[in-house]
Amino acid sequence: MALTTIGTAARQGATAFTRQRRDFAGGLFKAVILLSLIVSLAVLAVLIVDTVADGWAQLSTRAWDFLNGSLRSRSIDDKLGVKQGLYGSLWIGIIVAASAFPVGVGAAVYLEEYAPKSRWSSIIELVIRNLAGVPSVVYGLLGLFLFVERSTIFGFLGLGWLADATGGRSVLSAGLTLAVLVLPIVIITAQEAVRAVPTGLKEGAYGLGATKSEMVRTQILPYAAPGILTGTLLAMSRAIGEAAPLILVGAISGGLTRNPDVWDTSGLREKFTALPIIIVEWVSERGRDPGFATAAAAAIVVLLVLVLLMNMTAILLRNRFEKKRG
Amino acid sequence: MTTGHDTRLDSFNDTGLDPFNTKGGRPEDPDMTATDQRADEPVLDPAAREGAELPTERTVIFDVEELNVYYGDFRAVRDASLKVHKNEITAFIGPSGCGKTTLLRCFNRMNDLIETARVTGSLRYHGVDLYHPKVDSVEVRRQIGMVFQKPNPFPKSIWANVAYGPRVAGLAKKGPAMDDIVENSLRKAALWDEVKDRLDENALGLSGGQQQRLCIARAIATDPDVLLMDEPCSALDPIATTRIEELMHGLKDDYSIVIVTHNMQQAARVSDRTAFFSVEVNPESDTRTGILVEYDSTQKMFSNPADERTENYVTGRFG
Ligand SMILES: Nc1ncnc2c1ncn2[C@@H]1O[C@H](COP(=O)(O)OP(=O)(O)O)[C@@H](O)[C@H]1O
Ligand SMILES: [Mg+2]
Repeated sequence: MALTTIGTAARQGATAFTRQRRDFAGGLFKAVILLSLIVSLAVLAVLIVDTVADGWAQLSTRAWDFLNGSLRSRSIDDKLGVKQGLYGSLWIGIIVAASAFPVGVGAAVYLEEYAPKSRWSSIIELVIRNLAGVPSVVYGLLGLFLFVERSTIFGFLGLGWLADATGGRSVLSAGLTLAVLVLPIVIITAQEAVRAVPTGLKEGAYGLGATKSEMVRTQILPYAAPGILTGTLLAMSRAIGEAAPLILVGAISGGLTRNPDVWDTSGLREKFTALPIIIVEWVSERGRDPGFATAAAAAIVVLLVLVLLMNMTAILLRNRFEKKRG
Repeated sequence: MTTGHDTRLDSFNDTGLDPFNTKGGRPEDPDMTATDQRADEPVLDPAAREGAELPTERTVIFDVEELNVYYGDFRAVRDASLKVHKNEITAFIGPSGCGKTTLLRCFNRMNDLIETARVTGSLRYHGVDLYHPKVDSVEVRRQIGMVFQKPNPFPKSIWANVAYGPRVAGLAKKGPAMDDIVENSLRKAALWDEVKDRLDENALGLSGGQQQRLCIARAIATDPDVLLMDEPCSALDPIATTRIEELMHGLKDDYSIVIVTHNMQQAARVSDRTAFFSVEVNPESDTRTGILVEYDSTQKMFSNPADERTENYVTGRFG
């Protein structure tokens, strides 16, 4: 009896669940978001298509020669190409990853797990966050004084040997400078990854008699690995696109005598260039020799592909580690 | 009062020697087993052992005296005193926020991980002051295992989960010796038959109840003396809960168990002794401090408690 009453009531009341009010604000918000997404994607697409079209004359006819060629004074030179820049950029990426990764992860683990929570540690975190926003030219200056010239301040601090070790204006100096530049970003992303490790895992390890370093090694690092790797590789692609600090640490766009092969490490302590520098140079040359406009566009495409490859590696690595994490 | 008090370890402590720095060595004393005079197996149902008094001369494992636990300035537990006995199941019951977890986590120095946590008073384990500066918390946790409220298996294989503790303790390396430890631990945790064919699979693929039994197996694998369990069944369904309760009853022969539970029936079903905690509201600071109201044999606590507050709580008349 009671049940039937409820049943009928529900059936009659079904209209109560149909929409009474329209959510105008929500609809408007969705539309605005969608519009801005479409606009930004469209701008990006136009830029890419335009660049590829501009560089097509180089890429379609002599892509391999372009990748293997070197800096030339005339754009119709059939030895014109970006190999020296590719060499510089690739090694800058490797040096950045190899130095910023361990230091960044170490700093993040220290700050999250070891440093006592005090006023000092929060000041340090604030400083790191601010360093991530410092203009790259400033890092260029730092690199110039720290790695390139034997400056008085750093000599006084006992760091004068760095400039000797790097060979002055070299790929090594540039890579280390950019490593310092991306270090705050690496630390911040690694910190976030470390913080995301579930308390249950940490307590589980401690509860079984693990020491702190065992806990870090067996729980924190494996669990945080995907996040840390992604952060590092994104930082690496940012470093590869930088031009301003490279100018300060002495990347040059002419007078390079050598064109070393990719794995020829003897070029690391010598005069160098990098893709962003070549692009800037060729764009500025296009008034004198319009053919350089095409070359610059082609070089941009090469740089984009390099960055894209790195980001893809980041995603693949992250997926692999996440799968391991279960 | 001082039944089963291990004087040898007392002197250890006085000379400043750390009984926990001997790897895997538990403060074993031949006399200890001799003092452990258990007349008969206590039965699961407290009603069935009506009148059967618990042997009071049973070895004391933990001797807690006037223990206070603070988080910063906030006192979470005030003046708790109780004794935990060997091969018994001791239950902590009480409303939420009365400091059961806080007190339990003192027993294996898990509170050390919380920076603000501070302990005063005395907490002796086989006569050794657990908070003595020379006592190493890592060694403490190797002997006093813990099972957490939410099952927390590592995102590794079932085998690797169980092998974790023995590996960090250096008890065994990969190989037949470790395989034996893994098998024995899983058998004791009543999980072996369910997982023996998939030891290489990720532990996160197990059901909640299986995960919790895996966590028990993992804790057993380090060959601890005591198991601390913080509401081990609160995330489980009734069937999984029953399995864990049966399992605890079997484990009692080898281990001493302290279990926190908010489920009074569970305390009544599994435990030998029950401690009832409550909160005391401080009118000035509006803070709530946990206090130990009453501690006695479970049978007495549920049939004839001395304190009115206990009676109200166990009969369900408590808000
Ligand atoms: N890490 C912590 N920091 C500060 N206060 C805490 C912390 N953990 C627990 N508390 C407080 O201590 C009191 C006791 O908590 P808890 O031991 O978890 O109670 P129970 O397990 O009995 O529910 C509560 O008031 C709680 O808010
Ligand atoms: Mg609790």
